[in-house]
Amino acid sequence: MSASFDPGGDGEQANNGVSGVATPRPSTAQSRRLLDVTDLRTQFRTAKGMVKAVDGVSLSLDRGRTLGIVGESGSGKTVLSRSIMGLLPKRNVVREGGVVYDGKDLLTAGANEVRDLWGAEMAMIFQDPMTSLNPVLRIGNQITEGMRFHLGMDKGTAEKNALSLLREVGIPEPERRLRQYPHELSGGMRQRIMIAIALACGPKLLFADEPTTALDVTVQAQILNLLQKEQRERDMGMILVTHDLGVVAGRTDEIAVMYAGQIVEKAATATLFRHVRMPYTEALLKSIPALDTPSHTRLEAIPGRPPDLINPPPGCRFAPRCPYAQDRCHAELPPLVEVEPGHAFRCWYPVGLSPESVEQAIAAQAEAEAAAVGADAGTATTPVAETGTDEGGN
Amino acid sequence: MSIETITTDVATAPASEPVEVSGTRKLGPLGWVCISWLVAIVGAAVLAPILPLDDPSESFGEIARQGPGASGHILGGDSIGRDMLSRVIFGARTSLLIAVGAVLLGLLVGGFFGLLAGYVRGRVDTVLTTLFNVFLSIPALVLALSLVAVLASPDPAGQDSISHTRRVVVLILALGIVTVPILGRITRASTLSWAEREFVKAAEVSGARPSRIIFREVLPNVLPAMMSIALLGIAVAIVAEGSLALLGVGVQEEPTWGNIIAGGRRELSNDAPHIVFVPSAAIFFTVLSLNYLGDVIRARFDVREAVL
Amino acid sequence: MNLARELGKRVLALAVVLFLVTLFTSFLLTLVPGDPVDTLVPVPDENEIILERKAQIRERLNLDEPFPIQYAAWLGDFVTGDMGSYYRVTDEDPVFDRAKEALPVSLQLVLYSQILALVIAVPMGVLTAYRAGTRFDRATNASAFGLLALPNFVLALVLAYYVGVWLGWLPVDGYVNFADDPGEHLRHMVLPTVTLAASQIAIYMRLLRSDMVATLQEDFIQMARSKGISDRRVLWRHALRPSSLTVLTVAGLNVGALIGGAVVVEVIFRLPGIGTELAQAILQRQYVALQSFVAIIAIVYVLVNFAVDILYTVIDPRIRHARAGG
Repeated sequence: MSASFDPGGDGEQANNGVSGVATPRPSTAQSRRLLDVTDLRTQFRTAKGMVKAVDGVSLSLDRGRTLGIVGESGSGKTVLSRSIMGLLPKRNVVREGGVVYDGKDLLTAGANEVRDLWGAEMAMIFQDPMTSLNPVLRIGNQITEGMRFHLGMDKGTAEKNALSLLREVGIPEPERRLRQYPHELSGGMRQRIMIAIALACGPKLLFADEPTTALDVTVQAQILNLLQKEQRERDMGMILVTHDLGVVAGRTDEIAVMYAGQIVEKAATATLFRHVRMPYTEALLKSIPALDTPSHTRLEAIPGRPPDLINPPPGCRFAPRCPYAQDRCHAELPPLVEVEPGHAFRCWYPVGLSPESVEQAIAAQAEAEAAAVGADAGTATTPVAETGTDEGGN
Repeated sequence: MSIETITTDVATAPASEPVEVSGTRKLGPLGWVCISWLVAIVGAAVLAPILPLDDPSESFGEIARQGPGASGHILGGDSIGRDMLSRVIFGARTSLLIAVGAVLLGLLVGGFFGLLAGYVRGRVDTVLTTLFNVFLSIPALVLALSLVAVLASPDPAGQDSISHTRRVVVLILALGIVTVPILGRITRASTLSWAEREFVKAAEVSGARPSRIIFREVLPNVLPAMMSIALLGIAVAIVAEGSLALLGVGVQEEPTWGNIIAGGRRELSNDAPHIVFVPSAAIFFTVLSLNYLGDVIRARFDVREAVL
Repeated sequence: MNLARELGKRVLALAVVLFLVTLFTSFLLTLVPGDPVDTLVPVPDENEIILERKAQIRERLNLDEPFPIQYAAWLGDFVTGDMGSYYRVTDEDPVFDRAKEALPVSLQLVLYSQILALVIAVPMGVLTAYRAGTRFDRATNASAFGLLALPNFVLALVLAYYVGVWLGWLPVDGYVNFADDPGEHLRHMVLPTVTLAASQIAIYMRLLRSDMVATLQEDFIQMARSKGISDRRVLWRHALRPSSLTVLTVAGLNVGALIGGAVVVEVIFRLPGIGTELAQAILQRQYVALQSFVAIIAIVYVLVNFAVDILYTVIDPRIRHARAGG
């Protein structure tokens, strides 16, 4: 994932989804790779047309890493996490592209196969714990269900595990909680329960979909800390979806910013905050009030509204709202390119870089791709683009 | 949610979810078929006296108990040889008259009191709702049955049975009284939700008189709910008439769908089931059409939402 | 405590409704044209005995008193078990005896039909909700719709004739006590139960489907799915419970409504239930008996409604919680 943190890496950027081609990494990072998403597209069939909720997203995730996905509502971030997992309605949905989890292609796998992974390999924490927990079933029931189903535990063992899970997530008096109903607990506690449920069968990949949006500010930090702790201890890969940049600031390794169904900027967290390139991200950053902002300062909101996802505009989708937009922006959709290694963005006139550098990067990418395709056609083993000498036996 | 809202919901529960997200249901081909049937049957009923039909009380010996097609009589003959086609069409006259009359009564009285209760609220509402509940506490058929029994009872000092007209009036009255609380409740619920809307408040603030507001602003919006239930109500009333006929308190002299079936009961075993089936089919298709159209109106105006 | 006050309010409302309903039923007699006693005992006043008898009945029914007294007397009698009689010149049959025999029969019929209806409607409702929008769903809905348009008396007659007489599989009339012969009892109850259940099935299925479809959109269903449990589990363990409240409530209410409300079915199959008694009383113009039966039916209905209402708050933990002000 983040090449800048990978000691064994080869500096080759072929893997962070920039070109849309995910070539398997060489062996050092091989066993750490959990997820490879390639050009994922999800469309919903509606009366008014096909809504392109996710329109060509590529990313990857290793164990022990956290990827933050940030965007406004309607950006497609929730649909993205559900698309990766496969938790979408059965009818009127079209999903295309590549989603490879631990070597298995989820898009071509059967529904039963994918469902076997849910809970046991990958789990999701939902946004609103009040509506995401079944109001008429006891907590204990809801936690032990997955364990009994996937891991074949009997009731006694499952309950013992449930108790230790509850303690792990910081719930006092766990014995009592098992018999309670969701409405008897506070929002923060419910979210902890949700986390407990998600972790029950020991998944390797965790999706946290706006885990703190429905909670009080005071509780938010606690929950995020809990998530971080669990992720570290269990060496899980985590995808943290939120609209709040503040949530991802100190808690993610990499951030992908989404807008209108596409990734518009992706970088290591620190890099993103320090050298933001895409104007949308910049606007997001600017709209966060800082502690030292004088009182009564007007908050900066981003004017305008997100574009129509049925018929998106031909050019850059943020152009109508972008303060720096120029003619080219409205006409041509900028591709996702890396000018600086490890930092991809989608903009013709990025912040702090010249438009020429964008053109150069596009050209370089095209060359690399062509070479890779040529090499593939030629030898059918190691692509020339790989400079690493290890042949990852994949 | 209380029992009240549930039973109101039940009464207005849609036939099936529209596949599309929005609540608008176009009047598809099926809808037109239903309308055509209703137009045909009502038209035939209204025009019966001038249609080229046999006299419904005239017996043709040769077609007694003969099925459809016997001697040129399209629907056959009944137990004593009367033409089934004309009996069913003339039967429609009386059956529909009773059903529609009853529901009209319910609409006028129930609708009026429902509007009142929903708009004025307070004590008036409590009293009216209690009254509605009292009448709704007796199962509808039982209430209708007992009212008809008592009101249609002949004066012991007079003749042995009451006139046809009187019986029809009694039936309309009894079924109407049964319909009043149902329509009253629905209208009240619908009024309650509409009366809270801004445009009503605006009218109030502008100094318009309550009666004007009720009839100009609220009523038009409440009407779809009432209409939808009214259509369903007519269907129920038609069946109720049949039930009452089978129980012996229905119309005796003129044919109705109910009494033709009642009379045809014993003919089932005499190899003449059509006497029961033909009017049953008429009821079936009429009820089906009314139910379907009632549902369409409900879906079109999303009545359920208004009721809550 | 809030719950006690809530209960108190409901009991009060219950009492008011019972009062008004019985007021209405005892008012029925006054609606009878002419002299009610002449209707009850339709014998010309030929001699002393008859005149005396009629006077006695008139006295007994307080017909010369103002209506409030009539009602009070009626009420007093009713709650002590005197529900009037079938009046004849020489003697009378207490209504209470007939009612006592008839009520259990109706109760059995209604319970059997609700059970049958739920047993069929619940799986069908779940299935059609799960497959909402498919051809199976549309076909099932259409069939249910058709079933609803079929009057129950037509179904009764058809079943009675074709299954009962023509095929001869099942008896079409009469009643056998369960205690006497369970097998025969059930055989006699099959056709009436099926008839009554038919329209209930259609209603319950659509009701459940509607609620299930709404529930299946809820977040907690997605959450349950994301645990990787089977669809069947999600449907039956997670979706059904919160969706079943309406159906169960309506079924409960129908139990009350059909005692007496099933009069036509009872009459066609000649089951000696309270509906049949009611119909008989009408045919014989025994309006005192009629009054009592209507009162019994109404009281049962109101009490069942009340019980269902209470159960409703108890069963759903959300509502219990909300009501308690939590």
